[in-house]
Amino acid sequence: MTTASPARTAQRGVRRLGDRVFSGTAVGAGIVILLLLAAVALFLITQSIPAFTVDPDDVSILRGQSFIEYVGPLVFGTIWAALLALIVAAPLAIGIALFISHYAPRRIASVIGYVIDLLAAVPSVVYGLWGATTFAPIVRPFYVWLNENLGWFPLFGGDVSATGRTILTASLVLAVMILPIMTAICREVFLQAPRLHEEAALALGATRWEMIRMAVLPFARGGMVSAAMLALGRALGETMAVTMVLSVSGVISVELLTSTNPTTIPANIALSFPEAYGEGVNVLIATGLILFLVTFAVNALARYIVNRRSAFSGAN
Amino acid sequence: MTATTSATTAHVNSLTTGQLPKWAPWAILLGSWVLVGGVFALMNTGGDPGDFNVGGTMFLGTVLFVVLLTVFSTVAENRRKAMDRLVTALVVSAFVVVLIPLASLLYTVLINGLTRFDAEFFSSSMRNIIGEGGGAVHAVWGTLLITLGATVISVPIGLMTSIYLVEYGRGRLAKAITFLVDVMTGIPSIVAGLFASAVFVAFFEPGIRMGIAGSVALSVLMIPVVVRSSEEMLRLVPNELREASYALGVPKWLTIMKVVLPTSIAGITTGVTLAISRVIGETAPLLLTAGITQGLNTNLFSGQMTTLPVFVYTQYRSPGMYPDEAIARAWAGALTLILIVMVLNLVARLVAKIFAPKLGR
Repeated sequence: MTTASPARTAQRGVRRLGDRVFSGTAVGAGIVILLLLAAVALFLITQSIPAFTVDPDDVSILRGQSFIEYVGPLVFGTIWAALLALIVAAPLAIGIALFISHYAPRRIASVIGYVIDLLAAVPSVVYGLWGATTFAPIVRPFYVWLNENLGWFPLFGGDVSATGRTILTASLVLAVMILPIMTAICREVFLQAPRLHEEAALALGATRWEMIRMAVLPFARGGMVSAAMLALGRALGETMAVTMVLSVSGVISVELLTSTNPTTIPANIALSFPEAYGEGVNVLIATGLILFLVTFAVNALARYIVNRRSAFSGAN
Repeated sequence: MTATTSATTAHVNSLTTGQLPKWAPWAILLGSWVLVGGVFALMNTGGDPGDFNVGGTMFLGTVLFVVLLTVFSTVAENRRKAMDRLVTALVVSAFVVVLIPLASLLYTVLINGLTRFDAEFFSSSMRNIIGEGGGAVHAVWGTLLITLGATVISVPIGLMTSIYLVEYGRGRLAKAITFLVDVMTGIPSIVAGLFASAVFVAFFEPGIRMGIAGSVALSVLMIPVVVRSSEEMLRLVPNELREASYALGVPKWLTIMKVVLPTSIAGITTGVTLAISRVIGETAPLLLTAGITQGLNTNLFSGQMTTLPVFVYTQYRSPGMYPDEAIARAWAGALTLILIVMVLNLVARLVAKIFAPKLGR
């Protein structure tokens, strides 16, 4: 027995070939992801450097403007459309999530969850087609009414678009598209609220709403904020719905109902890229880099909030 | 009747006094719809009955319902109960409001899509088609091939990464990879398209478009989804199974191959299927990388390739001389796309249900 022990320790040091190959490929796959992301960043940065130094008159896309002048309205349009979508979607998503987690009977709740997943599965190009051909004509009479009665308010001023394909329509379609992800996260967070707190609140005679306000919402605040941020990130990067719904003119304007609308970075890339050449491509890639940085910041902030919450919550 | 009512009032249940009866909200809802409907009907008198404003009735009726319910509840019950009822009404109407666009979307796609959902649509391409006819066979092939390419690239990388994260990953590298996968989930699809396009331009000539570039762009979007879902599934495998296997002297890699993966294979398949259904509807990155073509091209490595989403987009965007025909084709393409996505989702759910591991008992 004692003589065998040195041999055994030596044996422990030997690693089987299969083990080495397998762990090697696993590490390799992880490193591929590192490299891939590094490549994305590298290519975006190197390809967009020419855009900052280029002479505006040489590039047809810029139409004589400098790069900053060109990208300004795009950044404004991107953030504006995404924020509008978020303002519409956030209350609805929280409402539906509450409905699924605390109001609906359990059997119905799973069906509703499936329906919401269905919304997430519909391809964005279908949303775009629906928004442009079906949804825009439906909401136009409503826009006319808003304009006639609330036209003094800057948002609803100007001349109402004849097609209904305005920034507000695009934002509403975006809102429908980001609803599922926000609902899903909010639902998860609401379901994690400590059961005992809820029951304690009910036992003290709270109504259902008071129970939610006192036991569920304080617990879920961080999760709700990060769900909103993730949804915002999704809305910032969404391309097809905006491209197909919006009739663009690339201006800075807060009027929601007119036919002169700001456009967004992704929609602009999708529309201009197929015809772009030379330094025009670099300009578009530079706008893509800006989009990437903005969504990265929003997502990182959301993740940070989620992680902080999960570290201190008593749920896990 | 009177006897029973007096009997019930005689035996007042102290637990239900001061409460609105259970049917009250429904009665108020119906009442406010009828009321608003009556007002709209009066405004519409002499006009065409078809002009009756159904949407307005529903909307204003529901608003009136919410107000009335709160008022009644405040009077008959108390303010706290009224608040509770108000929130309940709002939460339920939020849900109904969201069902409307979904129903409208599915309805329009079905109605408009069925007009051209015929054999010709699936047997001919758009080559030499100007007006009537034409189809999407080239787009269906393009979709299948490019998505297959993306799956072949992303599943091995994604699966091995998740195995690394769950089975091997310790320390800084694992943390970095987890963080970067999170970052990748947030990459806008158009940026993935720009990246793939830039890579292929760097290696070939400017303006190059080919199917495999589309696959690469889709992989950038697909890998994080695969990693996330497989990681979650692998973490569900109980540690006791791994330890039992080690105790029998099975090496780690065989434990993973023979114990961990078979246990979680159903969940992983589901995750991969859902990831495919997510990227199969992507349009923007393919517009930049795979290009647009009218004819059938089954070679991933040369020539432009059209996929179904891009087909829908181009038919809508540049309908040419016969816009009605083109839009009909776009709707048929959209219907096909939705059907594919639904089938994939259904398959994923079935796989998850049928092949779920029988743990315990």
